[in-house]
Amino acid sequence: MVQQHFSNVAAFTVAENVALGSRGRFSPAAAARLVLDTAASAGLELDPSALTSDLTVGAQQRLEIIKALAHGARVLILDEPTAVLAPAEAMQLLAWLRRFAAGGGTVALVTHKVLEALGSADHISVLRRGQLVTTGSTDHFTADALATAMFPDAPPEMPTRPSPGTTQGKLLVEAVDLNLRGARGERRIANASFTIHAGEIVGFAAVERSGHSELLRALAGLFPVNAGELRLSGRVSYVPEDRHRDALILDFPLYENLALRNAAARSGLMDWSDFRHRTRVLLDEYSVQAESPGTTARQLSGGNQQRFVLGRELEPRPDLLVVENPTRGLDLRATAAIHERLRMAASAGAAVAMYSSDIDEVLLLASRILVVFRGTVREVPVVRELVGRAMLGTP
Amino acid sequence: MTAPEAPSSPPLSAAWRRAFKAEFTTAVLGSVGMVLIAGLWIAHAYGTNAIAAFWTGSIGSWYALTSGTLVRAVPLILTGLGVAIAFRAGVFNIGAEGQLLAGAIAATVVGLQWAPVIGRLSLPCALLFGATAGACWAGIAAFLRARFGVLEVISTLMLNFVAEDLVSYLVRGPLQEHLHIYPQTEMLPHVARLGRLVPAGRLHWGIVLAVALAVLVWWALSRTAAGFRLRAVGANPFAAATTGRITVSSTSTGALLASGALAGLAGAIEVTAVTYALYENISPGYGFTAIAVAVLAGLHPLGVVGTGLLFAALETGATAMQRDAGVPAVWASAIEACLILIIVAVVARRRRHPIDAAEAPTS
Repeated sequence: MVQQHFSNVAAFTVAENVALGSRGRFSPAAAARLVLDTAASAGLELDPSALTSDLTVGAQQRLEIIKALAHGARVLILDEPTAVLAPAEAMQLLAWLRRFAAGGGTVALVTHKVLEALGSADHISVLRRGQLVTTGSTDHFTADALATAMFPDAPPEMPTRPSPGTTQGKLLVEAVDLNLRGARGERRIANASFTIHAGEIVGFAAVERSGHSELLRALAGLFPVNAGELRLSGRVSYVPEDRHRDALILDFPLYENLALRNAAARSGLMDWSDFRHRTRVLLDEYSVQAESPGTTARQLSGGNQQRFVLGRELEPRPDLLVVENPTRGLDLRATAAIHERLRMAASAGAAVAMYSSDIDEVLLLASRILVVFRGTVREVPVVRELVGRAMLGTP
Repeated sequence: MTAPEAPSSPPLSAAWRRAFKAEFTTAVLGSVGMVLIAGLWIAHAYGTNAIAAFWTGSIGSWYALTSGTLVRAVPLILTGLGVAIAFRAGVFNIGAEGQLLAGAIAATVVGLQWAPVIGRLSLPCALLFGATAGACWAGIAAFLRARFGVLEVISTLMLNFVAEDLVSYLVRGPLQEHLHIYPQTEMLPHVARLGRLVPAGRLHWGIVLAVALAVLVWWALSRTAAGFRLRAVGANPFAAATTGRITVSSTSTGALLASGALAGLAGAIEVTAVTYALYENISPGYGFTAIAVAVLAGLHPLGVVGTGLLFAALETGATAMQRDAGVPAVWASAIEACLILIIVAVVARRRRHPIDAAEAPTS
């Protein structure tokens, strides 16, 4: 089983992680040999002595697979494996899965991407609300039929991308030779210069650990600028990637989660009845399914949590909205709702700086795209191939 | 235990409320059953007068209630409040005992030295300096945590032993009474003593102060911006820093200092209202029982008053049982521990299997 969120011990080496779960004595050399043998026979590449925390997401995923294979697995279950991968890596993985299946293995692939299922599976089953809706050989399905099976009432239409802004709005963000360094002084962003204007959605595309997380946090005012300049004018709101960790206090009621936004700036007494009232308005406006403002954030589904977070961050009418993987883990309909809100915010005059690990989401929403690769930032035309190549550093 | 506009709470407390709703009966039946079995066993082994001794020695007589249970509840409530504040902020202050002793030392010194000079003012000064000393003692751990990343669980625990040894040294050295016979200080002059609440008995104004502070802490946690920040940092420091833009380290430092101040005040009150002098073993582990008091109350400030009274009653009753019926006091400790285990187990179970299975992963 390869989970959507990996289950490795970050401080262990690859070999140690693979050895975890075996019985008997632990021998580093034997573990390393096991990794190399498994990797070689499976046709995957992985350094057994690498520290797991240093691995890229793609490599961590290979580690998960090798872990399963090393323990003799012949059936692999993968939960949304391509969600965290760059397009090229995703293609590689899917191709490998085909080879694994051809070699006599069995793969169960959980995905919400219709094309991925059609492109790599022999057999497709659609589950909805815990029920098996339909199942059959891949030949029997078309993309439309699958989407309808997944969302019987009104399958969401793929909206067309807005044309790149013809009239430029007010200049909101100006980065000049911006440099960001990590906690240990390692360079994250080097000499980045770019601008963001009111009314546009600027997409950031990058593979994991390219420095884009630090850049977005710096835009949100949450990461210190090391050198160069980052001029921001106006109010900034931030929708972090990991809503459970960074955006919500799951055991607090919604009205307290509303009050959490910029709580550092508050003083004196908390006017809870006002927060309750504002929460009620927000729940209504963003169609968040919650019993009352007193419901805890934990009781909401992922889509409702994300709508709540987005609504909260848009409440003070920010000039710049920074969003990171805004639809991670959401189904198509919830995703469409979030996209709609982002577009509305932009057309209302806010600038949106948006990152998604799903390149198609960036292409779908952004009117301009900045690609971050190993700390360098450059603007790339909104063309899938060009963006994909720039993300991997190939010219 | 909770008001209509109940403030929200950290995971533990939220779990508590749910536990109370759904498994209240289990907890109550379990606890009552445990107490009954223990009671029957004690009655069987030592005779029914043991139970009677427990009852009259804890809350069954006016004297025991006012001179025993309520007096003992004061330091338990105050240190329990301190622990609750720290835990709510995600700071594991295990050092209430040491902070209490620091407060006791400061109050003794101020009371002895200043009473001849400033008279009645020396009492509020003793309490104030006691609280400050407790905060400073916790401040050592706060500094180590902020500067070097030393875990407060370790540092506060270790500082308990330092404080105990400091008291031993002081009552045998610089602060020893003038005859140099007993390992204790001089008695505090009357002007530096906290007044009695009832004419007969030992009950003093400290109980009023403790309950008032519990209400104050509850109000501050649920109604003020600073209290909200403290709860937010304790419940999810990441969200507090990212979404709330709160400086987590200074909030936890503040919570630890406030926690130490409450424990220090408990020590100052013990000296000025109960013992009137400093000596070793001035605290029978109040600061440690405080952790159980706070956790059992679900870290709720008003709940702490209730659990503080409960533990005080159990302990005074046990002492009476030992004195009057020869039942070892460890019996009460065992019952206490069993009660905690039952209730903690129920809470833990509840946390692992939430009633509201609404944690749907998608959409």
